Order: sequence, then C-alpha cells, then structure tokens
Amino acid sequence: MSAQRRVVVTGLGATTPIGGDASSTWAALLAGKSGARTLTEDWANTIPVNFAARVAVDPSEVMERVELRKLDRSEAFALIASREAWKDAGSPEVDNERLGVVIASGIGGVTTLLDQYDVLKEKGARSVSPYTVPMLMPNGPAAHVGLEFKARAGVHTPVSACASGAEAIGYAFEMIRNNRADVIISGGVEAAIHALPMAGFAAMKALSTRSDAPERASRPYDLDRDGFVLGEGGGVLILEEYEHAKARGAKIYCEIAGQGLTSDGFHIAAPDPDGSGVQRAIKFALADAGISTKDVVHLNAHATSTPAGDVAEANALRLALGAAADHVAVSATKSMTGHLLGGAGAIESVFLVKAIQDRMAPPTINIENLDPAVTVDVVRDKPRALPSGDIAALNDSFGFGGHNVVLVFKSVN
Amino acid sequence: MALTQADVLAGLKEIVEEVAGIPAASIELDKNFSDDLEVDSLSMVEVVVASEERFGVKIPDDQVTELKTVGDAVDFIVKASA
Repeated sequence: MSAQRRVVVTGLGATTPIGGDASSTWAALLAGKSGARTLTEDWANTIPVNFAARVAVDPSEVMERVELRKLDRSEAFALIASREAWKDAGSPEVDNERLGVVIASGIGGVTTLLDQYDVLKEKGARSVSPYTVPMLMPNGPAAHVGLEFKARAGVHTPVSACASGAEAIGYAFEMIRNNRADVIISGGVEAAIHALPMAGFAAMKALSTRSDAPERASRPYDLDRDGFVLGEGGGVLILEEYEHAKARGAKIYCEIAGQGLTSDGFHIAAPDPDGSGVQRAIKFALADAGISTKDVVHLNAHATSTPAGDVAEANALRLALGAAADHVAVSATKSMTGHLLGGAGAIESVFLVKAIQDRMAPPTINIENLDPAVTVDVVRDKPRALPSGDIAALNDSFGFGGHNVVLVFKSVN
Repeated sequence: MALTQADVLAGLKEIVEEVAGIPAASIELDKNFSDDLEVDSLSMVEVVVASEERFGVKIPDDQVTELKTVGDAVDFIVKASA
C-alpha cells in the first residue's frame, strides 16, 4: 500500500468586512478592527437590528458591471477570493481532470431570491431574470469558480449552515487524500445581509441588538454578549497534494492533517449544553491527524457571541483538551469580522494558516468582563505570539442543525 | 406609429450593451447574437424582454429562435410596431 497522500495549503484569498483580500484582512485582524457598521439601506430601520458587517471592498469596485449582473453577491465573493487564492498559489498548471472546487454557502443566493420575488410581484413573470435560478442555487458560487478554472474532478457544495465553510475544506481535503484530485479550490461564502434573513435571525433572538455601538456588539466570551453580528464575504484556500506542490516548487503555507465531523442529534438550533458532539469531533480530528492534545497551540473558536453557544463550546473544549487546554491560545475572530455563516469556517481557516505562518494568534476584541464560565485561555485585546517549532492549530465550526466540524492545521518544515 | 429601422437599431444597441457589455459601436445589423456578441440563450431572454418594454411590442417565444442577427431583431420589431 502506498503512503497516505498529504494535503497542503498553497494559496489564500479572502474578501471580508475588514479587508478586500487575505493580507489586508489579516493585518486588520491583528490590529483588532471591527467590520460592523450601521446599515444605510432603507429597510434597515424596519427590523429590530439595523447593523451588520458588510465587506470592506464592494464587488463593484473590483469586478465589471456586466459580469456582476449575472452573479449573486455570494458568487461574486467566491470569484474574488478564488482569483486571489489562485494567483497566490502561483496560478499552477494543473491537469483539469485533477482540479476540483468545493465552495460552500450556508443560505445560497437569498438576496437574489427575494429581489426577484419583488420583480415578480411588481412587474410579472416575464420580467424575472433568466439568471434567477443559477444565481440563487447554493452551488452557484462553486459552479462559477469551477467554470472559470475549468475544474473537472468535481464541483461540490456541502451545506451545513454555519459549519458549511469548514465542511467544504474538509471535503476538499478528503478528495485529495482519496486521490480524486491533486488541487482543490475550497472555501465558503455568504451574502445574506437583507431584511428577511436578518428579521429571521432576530426572531430567534440570535442577533445582538447593540445598535448604539455596532463595532462593540460582537463580544464573544464577554458577560454582556447578546447575540451575533451578521457578516458577509468569503474565504478560499488552495489545497494541494504535497508531492504535487513540491514538484512545482510551490510556496507551502502549512498542512491540513485531519478533520473530525459529528452531529448533535439534540436541537435544530440550540447547542447541546454537554457539547459531547464537539468533544467527539475534536477527538476524531486529532486522531485523524495523528497528533495529541499537547501538539495544539492555537484554536480559532466558533464563538459567535451568543449567550448559550460560547459557553457550551468553551466547556467542550476544556473537556476535550483537558489540561492541555492551558497552552491553547483561543481566538474568537467573529468579534471583528462578524459571523459570515457559511463563509465563517473558511475565513477562519485562512486566519489559522496566517497564524501558523506568522506564529501569531489574533485577538478577541470587546471583552470587557470575561464570563467566568469560560475556562479556556482566551487571547484578549492584543495578538499573542505562538511558539516556534512544529505546531498544530484547530478550527471549530458548528451549524444550526447540530453540525460539528473540526479541522487540524499543522506546520510544515 | 411604426418605428424606423434607425430608431430600433439605436435602442437595441443600448440594450445589448447593457446586457452583454458589448460596446454599442461594434453592434451592427449583420452581427450574430450568439457568435459575434456573446449573447447566449439566457442573455437573449433579457434582450427580448427589454426590447418588448422599450419598443412596446410583443416578441413571442417561438419567434425568438428566428432572431439570429441584430438585423433579424430590428426587422421583426419594426414590423411588429407597424
């Protein structure tokens, strides 16, 4: 039997509420900047929450109008981040039948769906755009990227709400490991800042209502946290088989060494307070990567700033990592980016790759009073240096429906 | 009142530029929508609906496939407006 195929990261791309690309986003993250703002749309004051985290650079600033009019906003994000990541990977020459795309979205083209429904009601069926279906389908972002790069090994879209982005990267990792492909463009995107999804999340009491200070609203682990801040954008990683990357002299950021997937079987939206699903996912991920808890030095938490979720996750981390949790620097970057739903696990994976590269854990901002129920080592206010040598870092992502995804990133010598 | 060929061509140029991003100056009567102007079947639906709105005519779906060139569309719209 041949040796296990290894998977490395060779390119990064992102468009987020704090930067138009991966490097400006990372710089803003280390500087502790918030992307949350009061919305200026007319509808913003018709719903209980009037702020969100829009992308720092609108797609109209970097794409042609004619291209954009056939794309849902989530599809534009996918193309922007994928083009950046592909270029960052050195625009590799790849056999198209060995090139895949796995890009997720939590909700798909929801603004297209709602806007075209308005057209239908106001102007009739004949005026509905012929691009409505390709724009609203959740696999649209992956499909457009697949078309642009002529990927023929498979184009996929896992959908698991806010775990979708991480699940996509895990799926891509498996595709390379299982020898279905050598290179995969993988990640997640979301563009759901619209009155209806926001009213829906507000009805669940999931959104922060801190309208007087949007940039202070997303405060994971703070005693006064009151919900998440909706964000938009996306992140993309180029995953590549290790020997393939080495043979072409690619810059190798780090390795993806394993993943753990579980489900709660508990509630459609509430986290399992025992966090047993999260604990099992961490255990499976570490075993899959062949590492132990003591190898883990950093974790990008799901931590969305909801009262129940943050503590349930922190408890699960403490139980899964045991005493080793004392040397794991935990960062909750949604305090700055807001919650990108299906894009979250993807941009947070980009952050983990940058953290391993720069040996720096990003801060968690807005913690005025740390919730005493949180017993993990949270990186507060300022970035924290990570150790040199061989290190591993984890991405935790969970989604409504009880989906748990944990990815293991490892430094490569 | 019937529209003139010049009126319709000028209007159609604006529509195709809007939908497909082709500069109006390069849109001529003999240009084929799909081969020359990259107007695919979905974009053609947009061109048709925008033309109906602009010129106040009806372009039945079974006629759309007959409109291969800009000239075909101009002729159809001029006749339909008469």
